[in-house]
Amino acid sequence: MKKKVLTVDDSRTIRNMLLVTLNNAGFETIQAEDGVEGLEVLETSNPDVIVTDINMPRLDGFGFIEGVRRNEKFRAIPILVLTTESDAEKKNRARQAGATGWIVKPFDPTKLIDAIERVTA
Amino acid sequence: MDMNEIKEIFFQECEEQLAELESGLLKLNDGDRDPETVNAVFRAVHSIKGGAGAFGLDDLVSFAHVFETTLDCVRSNKLEPTQDVLKVMLKSADVLADLTNAARDGGSVDEARSRTLIRELEALAHGETHAAEPAAPKPVAAAPKPAEPAPVVAKPEVNDEGFQPIPFSFGDFDEEPAAKYVPTCQIVFRPNRELYAKGNEAVLLLRDLSRLGEMSVYCDMDRLPPLDKMNPEEAYFSWKMSVTTDKGEDGVRSVFEFAEWDCELDVRTIEEEVTGEAADDDEPPMQAVPFDLSLLEDGPAVSGDEEPVVSESDATAAIAAADTASKVAQVASRAAENAKAAAAATAAQASQASAAGQTIRVDLDRVDRLINLVGELVINQAMLSQSVVENDNNGVSSINMGLEELQQLTREIQDSVMAIRAQPVKPVFQRMARTVREIADITGKSVRLITEGENTEVDKTVIDKLAEPLTHMIRNAVDHGLEMPEKREALGKNPEGTVRLTAKHRSGRIVIELADDGAGINREKVRQKAIDNDLIAADANLSDEEIDNLIFHAGFSTADKVSDLSGRGVGMDVVKRSIQALGGRISISSKPGQGSVFTMSLPLTLAVLDGMVVTVAGQTLVVPLTAIVETLQPEASAIHSFGASQRLISIRNSFCPLVDVGRILNFRATQANPIEGVALLVESEGGGQRALMVDAIQGQRQVVIKSLEANYTHVPGIAAATILGDGRVALILDVDAVVAASRGQPLRQDISLAATG
Repeated sequence: MKKKVLTVDDSRTIRNMLLVTLNNAGFETIQAEDGVEGLEVLETSNPDVIVTDINMPRLDGFGFIEGVRRNEKFRAIPILVLTTESDAEKKNRARQAGATGWIVKPFDPTKLIDAIERVTA
Repeated sequence: MDMNEIKEIFFQECEEQLAELESGLLKLNDGDRDPETVNAVFRAVHSIKGGAGAFGLDDLVSFAHVFETTLDCVRSNKLEPTQDVLKVMLKSADVLADLTNAARDGGSVDEARSRTLIRELEALAHGETHAAEPAAPKPVAAAPKPAEPAPVVAKPEVNDEGFQPIPFSFGDFDEEPAAKYVPTCQIVFRPNRELYAKGNEAVLLLRDLSRLGEMSVYCDMDRLPPLDKMNPEEAYFSWKMSVTTDKGEDGVRSVFEFAEWDCELDVRTIEEEVTGEAADDDEPPMQAVPFDLSLLEDGPAVSGDEEPVVSESDATAAIAAADTASKVAQVASRAAENAKAAAAATAAQASQASAAGQTIRVDLDRVDRLINLVGELVINQAMLSQSVVENDNNGVSSINMGLEELQQLTREIQDSVMAIRAQPVKPVFQRMARTVREIADITGKSVRLITEGENTEVDKTVIDKLAEPLTHMIRNAVDHGLEMPEKREALGKNPEGTVRLTAKHRSGRIVIELADDGAGINREKVRQKAIDNDLIAADANLSDEEIDNLIFHAGFSTADKVSDLSGRGVGMDVVKRSIQALGGRISISSKPGQGSVFTMSLPLTLAVLDGMVVTVAGQTLVVPLTAIVETLQPEASAIHSFGASQRLISIRNSFCPLVDVGRILNFRATQANPIEGVALLVESEGGGQRALMVDAIQGQRQVVIKSLEANYTHVPGIAAATILGDGRVALILDVDAVVAASRGQPLRQDISLAATG
């Protein structure tokens, strides 16, 4: 069975890159444009893993992760954070919010797939 | 979709982000201190940087990075967004736009300018650092804070080096010379409950570890309480592993990259001889446990995964099951109030989501096709109505009623379809902000641009063609209109000049006004110039308005020195012509010492046109309503012959050349008798008026414009065509061309060939 990935990113460019990369690697991909939509989509999509950006309008990545971790049904889903910030502070915040791991942007396809493989069975 | 398409999307997105950036900065400039505005600005630059990084656009990335760093200072309230700061940022936004364009279209950017700005941005970011230091004794937040252990973490000594991303690449190790012996790493791994709560999974870590080399695992279950005391979400197991790998300690640690924080991890390399000694310790003996990866591949859930790890040991199956149960329970159990809070939050967010407008992107071709089809529909409906009316002598029938409804419906469909092409003028207005900044910089004037009605919508084509004339007018307004700050101060004005750009809808057209509070038109100078250029007679008696309008004459420029800015060989006459080409009009009103106002009125769409349907020599023609000033029935006493074949008509004590449209278009060989026809007083490009002679007026009608060039070929004197209700094609008159022809310039085919070619 295909693994299902939910990506949350406000940038159309990044969304498309994720889509192409993930589809080519044989994942099923669902996309949301910000944290609010991400939480909505989560309810109906039941993904195996989530990839989310940090800087987003309406609800940022931190808030989104916290939202997922508070969610009774979905709080055990692994969440990878896409981040251009390589500084530790951002990562700490993401970790504290409940992120499973991270991918430093700009990502290359292997790194992305590798990270997803690492957190999923 | 391939990378090139994504790149195209990236550049589209950049344009949106740049617009967002600029409008955000302008809002900040106006004193807006809403954190969301700052965030939006930051996000815009951040997004551009992110995408640019993906495509290896290094120039763009490095500039965006510096910009972003400075914006981050504003975002975290370390840098006050003063006017001076924003000035630098607005300029940086311009450079960012240039860099984006250069990345897309090639070409170069002003490197000196971007370097200067990088320095200025860095100075702002650093300046803030120094300023902030006395207030905050601690080193500035840029330094990574030591990792704070989460409160639940049992042993805080685990890892306080923060999250350093460890590049996870096997290639890094390729260069190592092949060692004679492969070192063995001994690993102690004790996960905290947090590790599971964050979606990490011990078994997956073990799996990855086993991929590094030959591995043996010992599972420590000492902490496991009896079943009735067991908390399903607690982490009770720890593991000791030894892996024989050439990846080294770093390779091992990188496996735990995501988990480091939420576990105790000890990694040690041991020499082969030492292994023996270690075995002598009173540590539990290592036992090789086959680690079956195949079970992981298809395992539907986490449960069951761990069994193979421990199944070899006696009496561990039950415990493994218990641990497995913990994972399952983890998903299921959580306090009810948490769930409620989450539900409430989700509901709130959902309502917020519905408030935000939803949009789709559609290829312009599809929209145009739809518009065309609707045009056909309108024509078809009109034809149908007409034939029903012709065949239905009674006048009242259910068909008639239905047709009326159909007519209403088609009109509504047409309006809605036109609305799809309508776009707010905002992007053009935003571009003007940059123009103003640049000119203000070069001229040393201080200018404030105020825009109003940015969301006023108009057809996309109109918007696209609006930018150029508007840019030119803004240049003129700042360069010629506004005075230097010192002079303004001396005059008791605000040293900062104001240029106001407004858009609004007025009676089915869009009206764009450009007002400055500068010196206004210097009428003496304009008049003198016009006399010098033989545009008017030296003793001509002109009203103020007429003098003001002289600036629209070809080749007119009042600036004594043609400056670098407005002297690009383009005068207000060109502006006027481009506005007219859009079916619009432009006028000026000026008050000495108080400034000038340019008013442009443009059609909302170029797909339909309000026209006057007229008959000329048996042909039906449509004259654009915008061109017509008035219509009149000439009287014999008003017609005066002039020269060999010219005739004039006197209208309220002024003479106006009479132009026989039928003669110009070669519909007839001889001039028609003016008294039998109707005169349409039109205003042409030169500003002069002409009376166009037609045989009769049929009425006013909105017509769908059909391109002649696309369907046939260009016809001199004809702008386009349309299809009337009776199904016949009617030509739309090119008023300017006809007027020009009447001046003795024949309608020439070669010009039109150039136009169509």
